[in-house]
Amino acid sequence: MASDRIFGLVVTIVALAYVASATQIPLSLLSDPVGSRSFPYLIGGVMALCGVVVMLRPDPDPEWPALGTLGALLVTVIMLVAYAYALRPFGFLIPTAIASGVLSYQISQRVLPAVATGLGLSLGLFALFKYGLHLGLVAFPKGWF
Amino acid sequence: MDTLANLALGFGVALSPFTLMLAVIGCFLGTIIGALPGLGPSNGVAILIPITFTLGLDATSALVLMTSVYYGAMYGGRISSILLNIPGDEPALMTTLDGYPMAKAGRAGDALVLSGVASFVGALLATIGLMFLAPLLARIAYLFGPSEYFALYLLAFCTLGGIASKNQAKAAIASCIGLGIAMIGLDNFSGQPRLTFGSLHLMDGVDFLVAIVGLFAVAEVFFFIESHGKNTSIGVKFERVTVPVRDIIASAWTMLRASVVGFIAGVLPGAGASLGSFLAYMSEKSIAGPKGGFGEGAPRGVAAPEAGNNAAAGGALVPMLTLGVPGSGTTAVLLALLMTLNITPGPTLFAEKPDVVWGLIASLLIANFVLLAMNVPLVRLFVRVLQVPPWVLLPGVTMISFVGIYSLSGSYFDLLMMIGFGVLGWALRKLDVPTVPIILGILLGNHMEDSLRRAMVISGGDWMHLFSSPIAVGLWVAAILGFVAPMFLRPLLRRPQAITD
Repeated sequence: MASDRIFGLVVTIVALAYVASATQIPLSLLSDPVGSRSFPYLIGGVMALCGVVVMLRPDPDPEWPALGTLGALLVTVIMLVAYAYALRPFGFLIPTAIASGVLSYQISQRVLPAVATGLGLSLGLFALFKYGLHLGLVAFPKGWF
Repeated sequence: MDTLANLALGFGVALSPFTLMLAVIGCFLGTIIGALPGLGPSNGVAILIPITFTLGLDATSALVLMTSVYYGAMYGGRISSILLNIPGDEPALMTTLDGYPMAKAGRAGDALVLSGVASFVGALLATIGLMFLAPLLARIAYLFGPSEYFALYLLAFCTLGGIASKNQAKAAIASCIGLGIAMIGLDNFSGQPRLTFGSLHLMDGVDFLVAIVGLFAVAEVFFFIESHGKNTSIGVKFERVTVPVRDIIASAWTMLRASVVGFIAGVLPGAGASLGSFLAYMSEKSIAGPKGGFGEGAPRGVAAPEAGNNAAAGGALVPMLTLGVPGSGTTAVLLALLMTLNITPGPTLFAEKPDVVWGLIASLLIANFVLLAMNVPLVRLFVRVLQVPPWVLLPGVTMISFVGIYSLSGSYFDLLMMIGFGVLGWALRKLDVPTVPIILGILLGNHMEDSLRRAMVISGGDWMHLFSSPIAVGLWVAAILGFVAPMFLRPLLRRPQAITD
């Protein structure tokens, strides 16, 4: 109940914000009868309406994870963002080993299999991508070897 | 016969050793993808698209590879349904109802072989149906103007939202999210940037591959972290594989009927394979009556949903190829592939690129026989694959997704957006909001707006032009019915509960 009411509210606000930003779309001189703004208005309008419907007629609440699990998910997201930034400066092998090891630990909660998975995936995928599919991956940071 | 001449052309393309090899690889990968719980056909095809793209395959080869994966995944989904009571993908849900009890009764091998044969019958009949129906529909599609296309896109969103979800408002929200994202970027008519908030990264719009991989593959990882990879034990072991000839003969009519039902469900835009297997199972259950033993491990209860789901998978290709409107989540992903390859699906595809279309159809026919061979004698091999633990599988999937998306554009921004879509997908699925309409919205948003604007240019701004032809009116009526009718039919069409131990 509460989840859907909040969700409906968020959807409605986002939809209205969407419509508001659509009013800023520059109009061109050579315009067609519909123009650049109408369709976004339409989408925003329908979405806001549905948001209100969800608010008024909410479904039962889903089972949200416990606080600890939410923390684990947050850590995962931060780690993935860091991985995205690390991929170019640090090469493929080291960031991939760390990232997949952490992910594996998050799922299995066991250290040894996670370390093995990290090393195995990092080396295995590198071999697959580099030599099997000929993608231009860099193994290590420049200047190491 | 036109069809035969075209088919000959198709086989000319498909029987080249390279294409044949791609079909075999695709079938193999597809069966694995389908069998692994947590890696459904949409996920699997989505993470493979960027990789295929970077391999530099030409259009026909890429299409053959990915549709073989698609067909293979439909076969593979049954393996974990029967052995683990976990559907490998959504359409395979109905197979758990009788497949798992049958496996528990010591007939796992029989159930796997029977469902493999049923999959073959369904997929083969559907491919033949596709061969005859698609050119016909392509001819009708020539009559479609912008207002008809607008109504057709609306129909796809309405049926997808109406039939495939439990809550219409939430499905509509999902469609709007997708359509709203599609508006980001340059306006096709005026060339002005829209809703980019001054960001250069957003000028080209949001790449649908980024959204697909994020919403499907990355979100799945979050689900596994949440559950810590539970629910993934090997359920039933099986020793020997025999061919249950008697069961196959006894369920021959079931397979045929289920294939027809599934094919029709698949052709409906937006409905897809899940509906196909559901309708096939329910209709066979009512034909068999209470004495049929459905739900307790009846062989016909295994054959019906498998034939239905594979037939629907083939049927879903009909609207995707002829009209550019996908009939299911996975065909939406295949549509994304076509768009990436710069192929515009639609009636002109049949006239202008017959080698692509007929090469694809011929490869699907070949793929079916390859899949039958893989899924009956070699089924043991794929059962081994189920033993890959999720703590190896999911990190692997994530890393492949990252490399795939990164190799497409080489930008951090896309990777960050992909993670964002992953989080969004997790939250939305928690709230029971379907994510397939988002993909459909991103894929079709610009086409839908273009057809609306073109229709208005033609009519000089008269909105009644949208309802000016009988085809358009028919599509509007179907769209409204497709959205509203399930509200009243839902109590009648309750899904049977999965069996719990």
